[in-house]
Amino acid sequence: MESVARSQSDTGPGVPASTERPLIYRQSRWTRLTHWLWAISLFFMLLSGLQIFNARPQLYIGKQSGFGYDNTIFEIGAENTSAGPRGYTAIFGHRFDTTGVLGWSGPPGNETARGFPSWATIPSYYDLGTARVIHFFFAWILTTTLIVWLIASLINGHIRRDLAPRIDDIKRLPQDVANHIRLKFHHTREYNTLQKLAYGGVLFVLLPLMIITGLAMSPSMNSVLPFLNDLLGGRQTARTIHFTVMVLLVGFFIIHILMILAAGPINELRSIITGWYRTDPPAHDDKTAERSA
Amino acid sequence: MAKLEINSNFQISRRKFLTGASVGASGIMLSGCDAFDSHLSIGSGLRSFLENANGLTYRAQRFLAGRDRLAPEFSEADIRQPQRPNGVTSPDDDDYKALLANNFADWRLEVSGLVEKPLSLSHEQLTNMPSRTQITRHDCVEGWSCIAKWTGTPLSLILDQAVVKPQARYVMFHCLDTIDRSLSGDIKYYGTIDLIDARHPQTILAYGLNGKPLPVENGAPLRVRVERQLGYKMPKYLSKIELVDGFADVGGGRGGYWEDNGYDWYGGI
Repeated sequence: MESVARSQSDTGPGVPASTERPLIYRQSRWTRLTHWLWAISLFFMLLSGLQIFNARPQLYIGKQSGFGYDNTIFEIGAENTSAGPRGYTAIFGHRFDTTGVLGWSGPPGNETARGFPSWATIPSYYDLGTARVIHFFFAWILTTTLIVWLIASLINGHIRRDLAPRIDDIKRLPQDVANHIRLKFHHTREYNTLQKLAYGGVLFVLLPLMIITGLAMSPSMNSVLPFLNDLLGGRQTARTIHFTVMVLLVGFFIIHILMILAAGPINELRSIITGWYRTDPPAHDDKTAERSA
Repeated sequence: MAKLEINSNFQISRRKFLTGASVGASGIMLSGCDAFDSHLSIGSGLRSFLENANGLTYRAQRFLAGRDRLAPEFSEADIRQPQRPNGVTSPDDDDYKALLANNFADWRLEVSGLVEKPLSLSHEQLTNMPSRTQITRHDCVEGWSCIAKWTGTPLSLILDQAVVKPQARYVMFHCLDTIDRSLSGDIKYYGTIDLIDARHPQTILAYGLNGKPLPVENGAPLRVRVERQLGYKMPKYLSKIELVDGFADVGGGRGGYWEDNGYDWYGGI
């Protein structure tokens, strides 16, 4: 977050105050509060989760892990070669040399065999127990935040008004995709189609799936919800889905940050901190700007 | 330099855009490195604060899973491989090796502590008691799972036979294998479960695995199965079970070898 703030000042002065570009109250306090709680929780859950993954840097399909048979679909490992130890990553049987990042990494001369590198895990050294403490602490924060957000957003109309895609949104999708590719943004109170799909996808698909697959890995919760693993395809498949959703969330995060930087980080940050957002001039000016661009 | 026009609010260069993005990404990643390390050791304030969530997790699981909800059981067709051994797989302790050499004829399971009638059970006495066989999935804290068929004596039968005193709260398992060495001497594996899990219908003292006697690597002659928790809660190479009202004065005071090294006491997730 600190670095985002730094790049903010890099981009020069903010939006000039203008009566033609009105500040509007765009994000409710519930949206802003839950946004930052998720940001903090996901940060710690990602880095502690990668540490947990390092304890068994393989993913399997099915009820159990294949030791006497092969159901491994993803693996990060290290091996000795004639050129010394190398790190590798294998996905569906395709092997890639990932020395320095995945499998074999560390300070020059002091490399060790580890799945994800030290800079991507909390703690930086191998410590499964501590990573689990952090992971489950923030799992409570993340889940509670999601429930609070859901209730608040149903009551204040955020979901119905801002997130639910309409027919017009679907019609506008091709144009919206083109606008994003050209980094051309309209600053309005409403989310554009891709925003609705991205935020809705994270909040209604990815985060719930993350929580469900997390619970499905718990032997205690398996006694409460024995059907969960049957639905998901077994505990090891649930673990693989949990990891895959992590990759998708990281992908969302990267695009989210890039879009904020491209759309005007000061304005975007202000709206998610204070709620106030500076919008484009009224529609006729907007069209002129679009033609001239 | 190519300029991207961004809605006429700013002029940001492509290079600046990419630099900003990569600085942002690396700044976030760098903070994962070691910024938190020094605050996370056992006993530190931050660690203790975060560990409060373990208590919440434990209470939530107890509330939802209750006393008798069963762990899923599987079919013979799901037994596709030998049970994967982990941790100590061949104890180097002289007393263990002597017992093994004699095929555990001299081995006894002591039942002591807060009980009315302390017991000393031979392998034969245990196998002559009513048994339970269950095909269950073993989930290791590391993330892997393995399905196997376990046969053993329900722990509740042994507790009934020994008559547990009302002040007892936990069953402490003492093991024959040395898991670690410290300045104060060898550390033998130990662990605790509460009486709810101890009396759970699937909690057995297992002497059989996949239709055969329990192999050394999986904990011969006797190990515990606690099917609603992770593998580290199921000690192998049992020699004594002790009924206690607390465990603060044993080992690191956290209720087990791995707990003393940072794992949560209730390994339900």
